[in-house]
Amino acid sequence: MPQELLKEQWPNAIDVITIGATSQEGGTRDRAIKVGGQNGLPYLFEESDMPNKPVIAMEVFDIEPVDWPDTLKKPYGDVLSNPVEWAKKCETEFKADLIALRLAGTHPDAGNKSESDAVKLVKDIIANVKIPLIILGSNDEEKDNLILPKCAEVTKGEKCLIGDAAQKNYKTLTAACLAYGHNIIAESPIDINIAKQLNILITEMGLPSDRIIINPTVGALGYGLEYAYSIMERGRIAALGGDKMLAQPFICFVGQEAWRAKEAKASASEFPEWGKELERGILWEAVTASAFLQAGADILIMRHPKSIEIVKENINQLLQK
Amino acid sequence: MALSGLDIYKRLPKTNCRKCGFPTCLAFAMQLAKKAVALDKCPEITDEGKAALEASAQPPIKLITIGEGDKKLEIGNENVLFRHEEKFFHPTGVGIILQDSLSDEDITDRLAVINKLHFERIGQEISINLVAVKQTSDSAKFAAAVKKISEATPLGLVLISNDAQSIKAAAAPIAKKRPLIYAADSKNYKEFAALAKELSIPLVAKDADLEKLAELTKSINSEGVDSLILDTAEKPLNKKIWDLTQIRRLALKKNYRPLGYPTLTIIKNNDTYEQVIEACIYILKYTGIVLLEGFDPYQILPVLTLRQNIYTDPQKPLQVEPKAYPIGQVTSDSPVLITTNFSLSFYTVLGELEASKVPAYLVSVDTEGMSVLTAWAAEKFTSDKISESLNKFEIPKKVSHNNIIIPGYVAVMSGDLEEKSGRKVIVGPREAAGIPSFLRNLNS
Repeated sequence: MPQELLKEQWPNAIDVITIGATSQEGGTRDRAIKVGGQNGLPYLFEESDMPNKPVIAMEVFDIEPVDWPDTLKKPYGDVLSNPVEWAKKCETEFKADLIALRLAGTHPDAGNKSESDAVKLVKDIIANVKIPLIILGSNDEEKDNLILPKCAEVTKGEKCLIGDAAQKNYKTLTAACLAYGHNIIAESPIDINIAKQLNILITEMGLPSDRIIINPTVGALGYGLEYAYSIMERGRIAALGGDKMLAQPFICFVGQEAWRAKEAKASASEFPEWGKELERGILWEAVTASAFLQAGADILIMRHPKSIEIVKENINQLLQK
Repeated sequence: MALSGLDIYKRLPKTNCRKCGFPTCLAFAMQLAKKAVALDKCPEITDEGKAALEASAQPPIKLITIGEGDKKLEIGNENVLFRHEEKFFHPTGVGIILQDSLSDEDITDRLAVINKLHFERIGQEISINLVAVKQTSDSAKFAAAVKKISEATPLGLVLISNDAQSIKAAAAPIAKKRPLIYAADSKNYKEFAALAKELSIPLVAKDADLEKLAELTKSINSEGVDSLILDTAEKPLNKKIWDLTQIRRLALKKNYRPLGYPTLTIIKNNDTYEQVIEACIYILKYTGIVLLEGFDPYQILPVLTLRQNIYTDPQKPLQVEPKAYPIGQVTSDSPVLITTNFSLSFYTVLGELEASKVPAYLVSVDTEGMSVLTAWAAEKFTSDKISESLNKFEIPKKVSHNNIIIPGYVAVMSGDLEEKSGRKVIVGPREAAGIPSFLRNLNS
């Protein structure tokens, strides 16, 4: 008798999170994006379903990035100093699924932009692009706690995704997401126990688990990728096995990590043995993203339009029936 | 699956005859379970018991060797589906496909690039393993191309053709180098198996259907050939992931012998970027060998880096020996930089230090392989530990000044460290990339 295939059925599925609201749903977006809902390990369609495909958000900064290599700046042309134009370009030209607005310039060491600057920019972006929005702080706790609630308030009804909440600083942001109907990013330092703990803390404040996205904190290819890869696999296996406090979609900040890597940035004259600089950078980001898709990533935050095009094609191939 | 000592004991004669050198059969069984002793030490075991124990003593995925000497490739013998359960043991063999229709000059040019596809990352050499030669011409041209390539590369070879006669003509002269031959299918397997047996070389068994593939390996086994690698032919990406996952699951969870071999995948996509992405996905999803056509360094570096990442032991981070490393032509005035002994931290700092061209001492503190922030949080990278390392590595004898530079991320320990070490602490940059400009400013 031939050996039967080993098909795994799991008792639990990942929560479905909706980002963005159309006019019927109380917002002004032209579409809502759903992520999550899968009831098995990634891309094993003989035994499980993935009702919502992974999506890609493009990063837009409120100040011109200083540490981007020329190969990354070039496709953006002259919009890097104009966040609204930048966001529009991502929407129309690069076909981003979402915009991830990073309010880096509000950091006290990076320009210290005010609450009103941030709020104005968020309003401008909402008025000028129609895809769902992710709003990110500057990683300065105090400033984020001041600014993010204001941004949440002026985008009430838009069902944004706002982050990041961390174990030591989640209350203000959770309260704001709760009050204004947004989703939250819960960040943990490559540690599923902390990820779970933080989700419990956030849900205890009344925000339902289907409004949380887990940021497991990823590293780039060659720079600790394997730590996050295994943490995500472990988290997903626990979630599918029944742990509802880990059953949330993953967001991976691929672009910021990949473009810090020397292999993505260094010139070909510096390292001739590494080959062409532009292609090398593009692949560094695309391979990092594709690897995390295999660990269960649902939202990828990316930078280079060509890397995004490659990963989108990869997602299409993965989902091909 | 490995048997426990008690499972083994049940199959032993239970006579406690001591001929094996152990006081009881149970004691012998325990040693067998640890693989510390061989089963043939037991003279009284029944043939039946022996057969059962020998079968279970084999690894669930057979170890296959291709090539020879220090470039030989070993794949298979894996124990887990997820690396966090233990680790992945035998890194995927990465190979480049060349067609036999290339001119001699093209072959020489390409191999000049291919032979250089090895890189140093975090103290390890990462390299491609194989060159695959694909038949598109007649038998004579194929044999000539294989001969030329074999002479021009130390890497292992894969010979791709569905014509056993062509493979034989090409493989026979280089059989000593243990090339892999590709591929036996349900129609030609007798010829291919005879060839693999005659030349003692490994063979790929290929069928798009897993059940038929299992039948095929059984048929090949009965021809006396057991050095096999599996291929499930060309199919869409997610179907391939499914096949690779099933083969690994069935081998590990069911100890299913007919699919208990490593796998091979050939990338058909020739898009510059997509073929790299596909190769990486198959590495993540268990393939034993991946063959692609692209061989530009920018395509291969990410593939080899991903393989290095994923085959790292999750329980044992890569470490360097804790000591004071002199970088460049150091003098007693050279700056002293402190970092951890986590390979990634150490080599990232080392790379920037070398790029800065400023001679310096780099002190790697024993943090048990933890990175700067993790070690600091776990109290493995403390003022006491750093002070102790400075003395142990004789920094006071090596330099005449009193300054040390610490990573920006642990700036908070400056005061305490100054007190404990009696040295002036300078806070360096947070990211290694800032080191060259930091050192230049320090000197001016």
